[in-house]
Parts: sequence; structure tokens; C-alpha cells
Amino acid sequence: MQIYLPIADLPVNVFLVFAMGLAVGFISGMFGIGGGFLMTPLLIFVGVSPAVSVATVTSHIAASSFSGVISYWRRRAVDLALAVMLLAGGFIGTAAGVWLFTVLREIGQLDLAIALSYVILLTTVGGLMMAESVRAIMRERHGKPVELRRPGSHTWFHGLPFKLRFKQSRIYVSAIPIWIIGFVIGFIGAVMGIGGGFLLVPMLIYFLRVPTSVVIGTSMVLTLVTMASATVLHAVTNHLVDAVLALILMVGGVIGAQFGARAGQNIRGERLRLLLGLLVLAVGLRFAIGLIVKPDDLFSIRLLEGE
Amino acid sequence: MRWPRIYLVALVTLAALCMSGGPAAAERIVASVSNHRVRITSSFTGLELVLFGSVERDGTSVPRRSGYDIVVTVTGPRETVVTRRKERVAGIFVNVESRSFVDVPSYLAVLATKPIDAIAGPDTARRLRLGLADTLLPQQIGADVADVVREDPFRVAFLRLKSDRNLYLEAPNAVTFLTPTLYRTTIPLPAEVPVGDYDVDVKLFADNTMIARTSSAFEIIKVGFEQFVASAARDYSLLYGLSTAAMALMTGWFASIVFRRD
Repeated sequence: MQIYLPIADLPVNVFLVFAMGLAVGFISGMFGIGGGFLMTPLLIFVGVSPAVSVATVTSHIAASSFSGVISYWRRRAVDLALAVMLLAGGFIGTAAGVWLFTVLREIGQLDLAIALSYVILLTTVGGLMMAESVRAIMRERHGKPVELRRPGSHTWFHGLPFKLRFKQSRIYVSAIPIWIIGFVIGFIGAVMGIGGGFLLVPMLIYFLRVPTSVVIGTSMVLTLVTMASATVLHAVTNHLVDAVLALILMVGGVIGAQFGARAGQNIRGERLRLLLGLLVLAVGLRFAIGLIVKPDDLFSIRLLEGE
Repeated sequence: MRWPRIYLVALVTLAALCMSGGPAAAERIVASVSNHRVRITSSFTGLELVLFGSVERDGTSVPRRSGYDIVVTVTGPRETVVTRRKERVAGIFVNVESRSFVDVPSYLAVLATKPIDAIAGPDTARRLRLGLADTLLPQQIGADVADVVREDPFRVAFLRLKSDRNLYLEAPNAVTFLTPTLYRTTIPLPAEVPVGDYDVDVKLFADNTMIARTSSAFEIIKVGFEQFVASAARDYSLLYGLSTAAMALMTGWFASIVFRRD
């Protein structure tokens, strides 16, 4: 069934878009990530312009992360205090990211910067996550108990001031690394047009030693707030949010996210991290191939925006 | 402006006298499209508009050895498009060069009875901008805006990419004569066709020269729900953004109720 999208200005197959929402929603619910880095390329693939894709995906991510937040909230797997502290850093990071975005666009190398940062970030993060989780699985195979939270194992930032106790996460750390993480996520999110969940999850696990069970719910709170505000910002500045496309994606996305969240609860933490690592690495490599392999067509056309 | 009838009659008579004085300018061409207002609804997946008309002859018309030929040019609303070229730099493909095509048609269809080069000579074709190859495509070059040679790689790439999307087309056998004077053609409008005003220009040729010309127009508009959403996004952007965000939250909340396990 074809339906004409009023902002994207083209007809799409409702069931295809719904299935895309379902699939990305499943992945986002399972790993506690927004899935923007998957959904945006998919929409571009079916013919939606990159600008409309980026703007519309934000509302889809807001919907699936909200449904995820609710289900994690019911399981008491959300550290609200930690999420609020992360958001504080995130807002400053977003502002800084928007500034860099404008500068890069003026220089005319925004596309390259985005593609390169996707490659570098996704392959690095994906590779690290895979390596770590494979090590964890190997240790388990050899009969040694897996203890990600090593009591008493302090890193340098445990000596920093402004220490706060997060009851839900059972951690006692300085606010400074939390703000820095929030800042980095906000900054990267604004420059690359992604929620940053796939970065936040490993950062919280490896740097702050937040338990895997709490990480996903907490990361989703951050994704929800940034993506809901991004939807409004995109609508006001570019008028490119397609509500019809968003609704189809959302309905698929929230259903997928529910099943994904359940699937995620039944998979062991290190295996979940291995899968996410594989996924992130695969998307990163896909972008790398796009940069290295000679494209079918060296030319491309794009409507000059702002008309 | 209303002219007194006497002047009008005099003017028509004068015009008729002038025309009959010129060589072989007695044909007139008329054209009409089947629908002057194409409505885009939620089920819009493209459309074919029918254009029909006739060649009107009068007593002074000389017989045409080669018969008539018609070139129909449909031009969509103007837009400015950036064409970029990639090249390998330090192992990766990056956009190295770009050209802006300023105020070029978003949609362009050239429909004819024959290939353009069989209808008019190269000079006439270029002067009248008949086919896609001769279409005016001004590029921004520094501070100037000018069209370039036909073989320009950016120009060729632009035409090819537009044609791939079915937004530019040249169909040499699309116009058919039903009778020696009655003709018909279809204007294929793809699903991605931009909204706005479209001009239809119909040129009549005989013996390699243009002997008459007429124009028509149609518009493509969004109606109903499509129009409501599009204008809300443009005119009430904050409200629209907030409603979309609220819709996202509602959808998420609704799903968590439906799928609640306890």
C-alpha cells in the first residue's frame, strides 16, 4: 500500500516503512540505543532526502526510547539522578556541537566530516566492544567468574572532587566525569545527527562501572530528552519533520522496542555487548566501504536548501 | 482594460492583413491539457496528463510537403541544484568540486513527433532551446551565472541524474497525430514531481521551421490532509514540532500499556 508523504514529497510503501520501524525498534529496545545510525541510512535508501530523514528519525527515536524508558522504569532499571547529571553536560555539549556543525558547513566539508567521524567512531567503538566482550566470554569459558564491577578497583577519576552517590547504579563517583561524558555525547550527537546511545552505553559501563541492567534504561532517558527536543528544533528551524512518516515509523518502532527490550533482558550482558559491538562495527565498515570503493556515480545532485 | 469594439475589430483585421502578407504563417495551433489542477492526495503515485490540440488551417495555408511536427516542452517550477563531483583523495572518495545550477526547471519534459534533429536544424534547435541537450542550464561560475558548452561534465551529469529520476525526459515519438491536424500526447508526472506551476509550450514546425506557437499551463497542488500537514509544518512550525514530539510520547506510552506484561 502506497502512501504519499506530505513533507518528504514522495510516496512510500506503508508496510515497508512499518517493517523498518519494527526492526530498528527491536534493536533499539534490545541494546538501549536510539537506532538513528541505522534508521537514517535506511530512509535515505528508500528515497527520502537526507535532511528529512535526519529530522524525522529524531521523533521515531523519541517514541521508541519513551516506550523503552517506561518498561525499564517499571523494572526499576533507570537511574534518574545519573540521567539528570548526564543531561546537564549534554546540553552544553549539544550547543558546542551545533557551533562546530555551522563552522564545518561554512568550510564546505560537513559531509566528509560526518562520514569520517561515522567510520572512525563506529569502527573504534564497535571493535573495542567486541574485543572486550569476547575476552569476557573467554574468561567465563575458562571457569573464572566474570566480575565487571571489581570492588576497590579505582581509576584516576575516583580521586576527583564533587563525589556523588548514585543509589540505583550503586556507584560513588565524581560529577566531573559524568558531565564530561554527557558533554561528549551531546557534542557528537549534534555534529553527527545521532542520539549517541551506542556510545553512552559502553562509556557508562567501562568508565563509570554502571551495572549493565541500569545502563540501558538510563541511557534511554538521555536519548528520549535529546531526541524529543531535537524533533521540536528540527521542526522549527528546517520545517523538515514529516509527521506521517514519523507516525508509521513510531508505531513500528515502539512495538519492536517492546520485544527488543524483552529479548535484551534474556541475553547475558557480555553477549549483548558482543552483538551490539558487531552491529556498530558493521555499520562503521559499511561507511568505510562507501568512502573507499569507487562509487557507481561520481556525480550527485542535491537541492539547495533554504528555498 | 476594455477596448472599444471598433478598435478591436480594426486590430484583428490589421493583424490578419499582416499575417497573410508574410510567407506561410497561416496555421494556428491550439492546445489544452486534460487537467489544469493536479491534486496530490495521500494515494498519489504519479499521473499522466493528456495534452491534446489541433493545427488550424485557413484558406491561405500552403500545403506542407513534409507534414507537421510538434515539440511540446513542459517546464516545472524553478529550483537551484548543487551538483557535486567525487574524486579519490588520500584513498577515500570525497566531494572535490561542485557547481550550482541556478533557477533550472525542477521538471522538464520534451515531447515531440520525431527526434529533434529531424524536426529542426541545429541552429534552430539551439535558438529555440528545443531538446534537453539545448536547454538553458545556467551555472554559477564565480560571480557570474552562465550556461556552458553541451559537453560540460557537470551539465551532462546533471541531465543524466535528473533523467534517472524521471524528472527530465525527452521522448521523440510521444506526440502523435490522430488526424492530419489533430494531435495528442501524454505528460508523465512521476510520484516525486514537485508541487507548483507548470508551463506547457507547444511549437508547430513544418519544413524545418517553426510556424506557430502556443502555451498552456497547469498546477500541481497538495490537497486535503497532505496540504494540512504541509502548511502546518511551514506556518505553525513550533506547534507542529511540539505535536509531533507529543505524538511520539503518546505512541511510546500507548505501546507500553498495550504490551504490559503484568
